[in-house]
Amino acid sequence: MAKLHTVNKSPFERDALEACLRLAKKGSAVLLIEDGIYGAMSGTAISDKVKQAMSDVSFYVLGPDVAARGMKEDKIIDGFKIVDYNGFVDLTTEYDGVHAWL
Amino acid sequence: MKYSILVNEGPYTHQASDTAYQFTKAALEKGHEIFRVFFYHDGVNNATRLAVPPQDDRNITQRWSELGAQHNLDMVVCIAAAQRRGLLDEDEAKRQGKDANNIAPGFRISGLGQLIEAGIQADRLVLFGD
Repeated sequence: MAKLHTVNKSPFERDALEACLRLAKKGSAVLLIEDGIYGAMSGTAISDKVKQAMSDVSFYVLGPDVAARGMKEDKIIDGFKIVDYNGFVDLTTEYDGVHAWL
Repeated sequence: MKYSILVNEGPYTHQASDTAYQFTKAALEKGHEIFRVFFYHDGVNNATRLAVPPQDDRNITQRWSELGAQHNLDMVVCIAAAQRRGLLDEDEAKRQGKDANNIAPGFRISGLGQLIEAGIQADRLVLFGD
């Protein structure tokens, strides 16, 4: 039962990403969308926690939402895969279900 | 694959309604089936035809209506959430003794059972909210 978790709030606004990382099972995936993309940036207060989780969980970030916020892709933590909306749809087919952390 | 989409956030709030639209559009373009789009909580406000956003901004309601017409989508608005927020179709306006209705083309008002069925019938229920 590997799930796709979506997080749409900034980790500096809510603890959705931290709760998700705490509970996501090995083999599942996390997709950061909307303001959630700030969790994919390197050199932040939460980036070490994200990097640690990478051994068990695959990380994705929605490229259009990164661009919409004027964030540079080279600031994204190594190991993140950047997807567009088509890639988002594909991820929902590859995993057994989708859980939205709001 | 068969999808149901749940929209729990109003238009022009954060981004959930926009993301839900982009996801639905991408899924349809990839050949997936959308069983139903269900609008719940503040998400029911996506269905008002009386909103007049600035001309240089996206018209979220109209965009849903157009996508719905193009792909014959079943777009359902939760009745209890709609009544609380003043969203009525013709029948409901009559039943409640109101002098107007405001539901946009392509949307219909129904009950929570439609959400349960959407979850059962679809392979994936994808939630977009606040």
